[in-house]
Amino acid sequence: MTLGLLSISWQVIVDSIGLGAVYALMAVGIGLVFGVLRLVNFAYGQLVMAGAYALAFASEWDLPLVVGIAFCFAVVIGLSLIMDVVVFRPLRAQSPAVMLVATFAVAFLLQSIALLAFGPLGKAASSLGSLNRPVTVGDVDIRKITIVAIIVAGICLLLLVLLLERTTMGLHMRAAAMDFRTARLLGVRADRVIGSAVLISALLAATVSVILTVQNPLVTPDFALRDTIVVLAGVVVGGMNRLLTATMGGFAIGFVSGILGGALPSDQSQYLPSFLFGLVILVLLVRPNGLFARGPGPVERV
Amino acid sequence: MTDPMLSVTGLDVAYGGIAAVRDLSFEVGRGEIVGLIGPNGAGKSTTLNAIMGLVAPRAGDIRLAGTSIVGRKPEDVARSGIALVPEGRRIFADLTVEENLRLGYAARRDGDSAEADTDAVFELFPVVREFRSRHAGALSGGQQQQLAIARALVARPDVLLLDEPSLGLSPTVVDVVFDALARVRERGITVLLVEQRAQRTVALADRSYVIANGELRLTLTPADANDTAKMVAAYLS
Repeated sequence: MTLGLLSISWQVIVDSIGLGAVYALMAVGIGLVFGVLRLVNFAYGQLVMAGAYALAFASEWDLPLVVGIAFCFAVVIGLSLIMDVVVFRPLRAQSPAVMLVATFAVAFLLQSIALLAFGPLGKAASSLGSLNRPVTVGDVDIRKITIVAIIVAGICLLLLVLLLERTTMGLHMRAAAMDFRTARLLGVRADRVIGSAVLISALLAATVSVILTVQNPLVTPDFALRDTIVVLAGVVVGGMNRLLTATMGGFAIGFVSGILGGALPSDQSQYLPSFLFGLVILVLLVRPNGLFARGPGPVERV
Repeated sequence: MTDPMLSVTGLDVAYGGIAAVRDLSFEVGRGEIVGLIGPNGAGKSTTLNAIMGLVAPRAGDIRLAGTSIVGRKPEDVARSGIALVPEGRRIFADLTVEENLRLGYAARRDGDSAEADTDAVFELFPVVREFRSRHAGALSGGQQQQLAIARALVARPDVLLLDEPSLGLSPTVVDVVFDALARVRERGITVLLVEQRAQRTVALADRSYVIANGELRLTLTPADANDTAKMVAAYLS
């Protein structure tokens, strides 16, 4: 079944929703830390990469799937906490530009370490293959992982909303994202709020690791790098200042990216990033505050 | 003799080498209201910020009931029992009034229910109760100021610091704020009030210190509130 003009099949649409869901998770992970630290963590993709290597090694060591996934979470969380203590905390008082550049450095450092330690050819995480098989719904072949990705993303986002809206820690995190200084004056513990944001962000990165590794079992040092750049663009397009708009931006760019990928003839698929970032520029020209941001942008309207 | 609730001794604060507060010493006794008045840039807000741990003093000591709190983080100072109503109110506009109050619970030291204190605060500021499910940003300036004080009080502090609570308020709301402070004192809470409205502050406070150029110049008592010459002299000194 096709949808006429662009010959986009339902298959492409489902896959695009799946990609949007994964990117939404990454956007939340980046947006949460940005909220409390005003830090754009460019090294977020390398957390995902580290998790993917953990899965590849678990597969090489023939660990059971659950143990492998637990190992992946442990590695990503550990690396996040180290990043927080070694880089984020000492630079907390610095300008956003300094912190951004620092995360660039961390990203390329981690990538180089992976290159030196594990080589450029990559490692295969073969044990997760079963999730990559398709199931047929109607006349549409859907990879199981796509369904898993959509469900998992839905559950993660729901849990996060509950945490932010219903718990005291969530209230403290929201307040800290709005006005950190005043939140601290009221007794909100800065370290705890930042630690929670970093931890949740790491849990999301590990989740994304598992999903992306299933979809693409060959783990290389630049694993998830392109995805991170696309998600960062999506977060900016959606509106960086609020978690909801950032998340919507992440989903939107994943979805559009999937649709474009499906619509472009396969011999032109190398132009996908050009189309995608062309769209990003267009959106930012029209809505510089973000696609989903409230209120008028800085541009005067007549 | 028991220690004063709050004591500042030989406080020196500088921003980038420029002194904002110089050798400032004063005390606030248990249950007292003490005023800190003086012209803009006199160092009043800086003094409050130093007490809250927002700026590090270059020299001097700040003690809460005899224990030095210098070097504590702002959240730890708040959790030690000092609440600040910051300049410009600083309420969270995107949160509801109720959520703003719940943030105030963050500094509470005991585990017991905050309901009794919240009810007492609602009594003090009925308007906060009335609008508790609204977004705080939808309140008027005067209502926001009442919310800011309410939010500080639900933490059940021993000491309440206020940084120009009457700034930009209509005379009626100023009355509400000053009446509330008098009632706060009746509940045994120690108050340090930074204000520009010198006469009202001097009349309310047990003692008012006039500071200018970061130094303590004069101490006034309620009896001086109607002594125009003394008030004018305090400001022109």
